[in-house]
Amino acid sequence: MNNKTFPNEQMYQEIILDHFRNPKNSGVVKNANGHAHDVNTACGDEVGITLLVKKDIIKDVKFDGKGCAISIAATSMLTENIIGNKVADVIAMDKQEVLDLLGVPISGMRLKCALLGFKVLKMAIVEYEGKK
Amino acid sequence: MAKEVGKDFPILSRKVHGKRLVYLDSAATSQKPESVLDAERAYYETMNANVHRGVHTLSAEATEAYENARKKVAAFINSSPEEIIFTRNATEGINLVSKTFGMANLKRGDLIVLTVMEHHSNIVPWQQLANERGALLAFVDIDGRGVLDQQQYLSFLKKKPKIVVFTQISNVLGTLNPVKEMTRRAHDAGAVVLVDACQSVSHTAIDVKDIGCDFLVFSGHKMLGPTGIGALYGRKELLEHMPPFLVGGDMIREVTLSKSTWNDVPHKFEAGTPNVAGAIGLAAAVDYLQTYGMDKVAGHVRTLTDYALRQLKKVPGISILGSDDRIGLVSFVMEGIPPHDVASILDDHGVAVRSGHHCAMPLHARLGLESSVRASFQIYNTKEDIDVLVDALLHCRKVFGL
Repeated sequence: MNNKTFPNEQMYQEIILDHFRNPKNSGVVKNANGHAHDVNTACGDEVGITLLVKKDIIKDVKFDGKGCAISIAATSMLTENIIGNKVADVIAMDKQEVLDLLGVPISGMRLKCALLGFKVLKMAIVEYEGKK
Repeated sequence: MAKEVGKDFPILSRKVHGKRLVYLDSAATSQKPESVLDAERAYYETMNANVHRGVHTLSAEATEAYENARKKVAAFINSSPEEIIFTRNATEGINLVSKTFGMANLKRGDLIVLTVMEHHSNIVPWQQLANERGALLAFVDIDGRGVLDQQQYLSFLKKKPKIVVFTQISNVLGTLNPVKEMTRRAHDAGAVVLVDACQSVSHTAIDVKDIGCDFLVFSGHKMLGPTGIGALYGRKELLEHMPPFLVGGDMIREVTLSKSTWNDVPHKFEAGTPNVAGAIGLAAAVDYLQTYGMDKVAGHVRTLTDYALRQLKKVPGISILGSDDRIGLVSFVMEGIPPHDVASILDDHGVAVRSGHHCAMPLHARLGLESSVRASFQIYNTKEDIDVLVDALLHCRKVFGL
């Protein structure tokens, strides 16, 4: 498939479809100390994130919600990547690092889908930090 | 019909990702024929001036063109010019009614009847009014086919609502509601009726006298006209007794430092310099539709809708929302492929469809969905467009390994 004539199809590589069908870290962390939830107003996609931080390390993170393949796969891959990381390192991540995790080109109109989970993750960390 | 029509719409000759544009999102906004673009341009090139103000030639010509546009729009729905208020869009028209008629006439405990299939624009203004006035809302439900529950409607009318609002065609289900009968019943119960004609105004001939409604709103941009112009029809006796909406220039008769008096209808409701070019463009859209005639336009859109239903049903894993009796659009979901992803993959094929909740979150919730894909049709669409859509949907399944 040609990148220029079928730009959107490039997003749907096997790895994205795998994470969409069998998302990692799906659910709710029971003893969470960070929570957040948000909706993409453009499409109605929603993501909730719960996380457990101990000694400034992300011990556990889970997500639930409803959305498109891109938002679910991106959130799945992001959560998989950050478990065991320092909170400070996660806060320091920029959007491009999250997009790089996906390993596929995300077309302009779908950036919000790909970054919704990241936005909610940061909100959950802010909530955790606020309680400290 | 549509092949020759398509030539009148310059945008339809453009390519998307190297493919022919197949525009199936007209329920969101329609494309514009050259005659509409020309009319707006000609206004600015030959007579641009402020209306209702100057005595110079340009102002007189601009005023005449603006008021002629009002006459044309009035005749299009069988009303009279003083009953047509130019608005930005249907949303503004509904807000105008809720904030003037509604605020002046509703009391604590009064009932407003709506339906679960309304667009947000015909829900949120009434929610706000109910909050501000302590009024109550009742929503008529749909049955399994996506048709309004008329028994429930009648039971709500027994509670003597003050205002009843409903859409003529659902922007998600395509259901054509029996607006004349519903209006008659609402009037029997003593209610004032507002009809949302956004989806119907370019798919059916509208006659406000025949429907009998008190208010009717539509947007220009969904009926081949420009954005930023719409119309509110209101029965003259009601308009005359309603307080003004926005206040300022042009809507006044006399202003002193301490008080003001209001202009006659419809000018009382058009504060500030109006969208003159938009009104002229809207009139050109009416002219364009009338060169074919609304019966022919409706027939073409209905034929396309029926064809789309037949063809889409052949796509494995598709679920179509609503019944077969519909006009103008088909919303659906695909098993295993979220609507946004369907729309992205279709875009690769030059096919423009809407994905999401189509500004009808309550209806989607009622159907147990967050979102859907919607293909909607206009005078310029062809059966070939639908064939491209169906092929692209089959391709979506391949991309998702289904």
